[in-house]
Amino acid sequence: MKTKGVFRTKFMSELIFLGGVLLLWQVLYVIGVDILSIWKPYAMPSPSGVVKSLYLLLADASLIKAVGYSILRGVSGYVISVVLGCFLGFLMNHFDYLHRNLRPLVMGVQTLPSVCWVPFSILWFGLTQQAIIFVVVMGSAFSMAIAADNAIHNVPKIYKKAALTMGANSRQIYREVILPASLPELVSGLKQGWSFAWRALMSGEVMTTCIGLGQTLIEGRNLADINQVMLVMIVIVLIGILIDQIVFRKLEKHIYQKRGL
Amino acid sequence: MSLVLRNVSKVFEDSKEDVLNEINLEIDKGEFVCVVGQSGCGKSTLLNLIAGLEKPTEGEILLNSHPVTGPGADRIVMFQEHALFPWMNVIQNVEFGMKLAGFPQNEQEERALTYLRMVGLEEYKNYAIHQLSGGMRQRVALARALTLDSEILLMDEPFSALDKQTSNRLREELQEIWMKTKRTVLFITHSVEEAVYLADRVVVMSPAGITDIVSVELERPRYVYDEKFVEYRHKILEKVEGKVCP
Repeated sequence: MKTKGVFRTKFMSELIFLGGVLLLWQVLYVIGVDILSIWKPYAMPSPSGVVKSLYLLLADASLIKAVGYSILRGVSGYVISVVLGCFLGFLMNHFDYLHRNLRPLVMGVQTLPSVCWVPFSILWFGLTQQAIIFVVVMGSAFSMAIAADNAIHNVPKIYKKAALTMGANSRQIYREVILPASLPELVSGLKQGWSFAWRALMSGEVMTTCIGLGQTLIEGRNLADINQVMLVMIVIVLIGILIDQIVFRKLEKHIYQKRGL
Repeated sequence: MSLVLRNVSKVFEDSKEDVLNEINLEIDKGEFVCVVGQSGCGKSTLLNLIAGLEKPTEGEILLNSHPVTGPGADRIVMFQEHALFPWMNVIQNVEFGMKLAGFPQNEQEERALTYLRMVGLEEYKNYAIHQLSGGMRQRVALARALTLDSEILLMDEPFSALDKQTSNRLREELQEIWMKTKRTVLFITHSVEEAVYLADRVVVMSPAGITDIVSVELERPRYVYDEKFVEYRHKILEKVEGKVCP
């Protein structure tokens, strides 16, 4: 299997590169903090410190708990925003009036960084789970709506025409033609929506007091434990990559392969 | 009488020009009619009106005495691009119209296979669309169009995007299939040769409307190098080129 071999060497080279970065980081830390003392140890994390932090947070299971809560919250907010976003996108596509008038507004609101929704959400929901989920939904639903609108809009008109002349009614057009035809683009939108949701989740969690990765990060700051802060940042990146690779990459591959894209 | 067009005109809002100029045309059941004319003569508009994809500004279109109000399975269209669905395989594409109409599954499959056999693609039934060549895709589209036994088959330059060799092969096959099935066909083309090869009657269009209708009285199967064929070809070509489009 030639492709598998290529894949393996690519993976190995990435791994070696990452190891090099870690080594460089540790060397810089030793020189800057231990030998020259130009950096303060409480402001500069080190790989070894991060590993120690990881060990401590794993020992009392607080990291696992934080990851679990964050993912649960992120996923529930994401699911709500997918449902709302797709529905809104469908409405914007279906009604010309909404396409002309509501779409620009949604486009505008979509550019708003999700952290801007935090004041509202705390006033409405207090320092609760719902407040965080609200921020997640606001942070990703609008981009989902635009993506769904675009995905439907970009379905080649000829598919619809062909189905119409074969006797399709409007329900069949949506179910049998528009939905499957827009799927590849819709999945890209879902993927982007997830990355927005994940970022919004962190904004929400940092601002409130519920158990989660955001709080573990703030706790690190409050304890002046820069290694814990760094660890949480790394975990957040890893989860982002993992979900992208496992869920969305597989979904895309499945859809694209079948159509020869 | 199968299809009747009476004083059909179509004015597009942006140009304000009548692209058809009161078309009158009757097509009998089982007849193969070709429409030729240079591009911009309104050939495709005519087909879209009959298909119900567009509405005439004036005049009426009747299919078996019923006015055409919108698109429907009694007037299947085969487009220049194959318009097959890439998320379905070959046989699923062919079954699509029957699925919409609610045919039982076993009948869908049986009929789909019959027509796939007719276009010579039975072995390819489980292929993905992107695995097929351009000519094969149009054969699948033809099979899909045939399955529903529509009153009339509307073909909008179905072979013009293919290379010459493939398009010649396909028109031979279409002739054979037509001789077997005797469907009513309205076939739009810009190739006079294709029109003479396939049609019972050739309708010549120009921006001024229908300028001539020529009955092609040649035995089928027809041969391009036949003396009479060449005569017809020249005769019609003169009519087409005599009326130059703007």
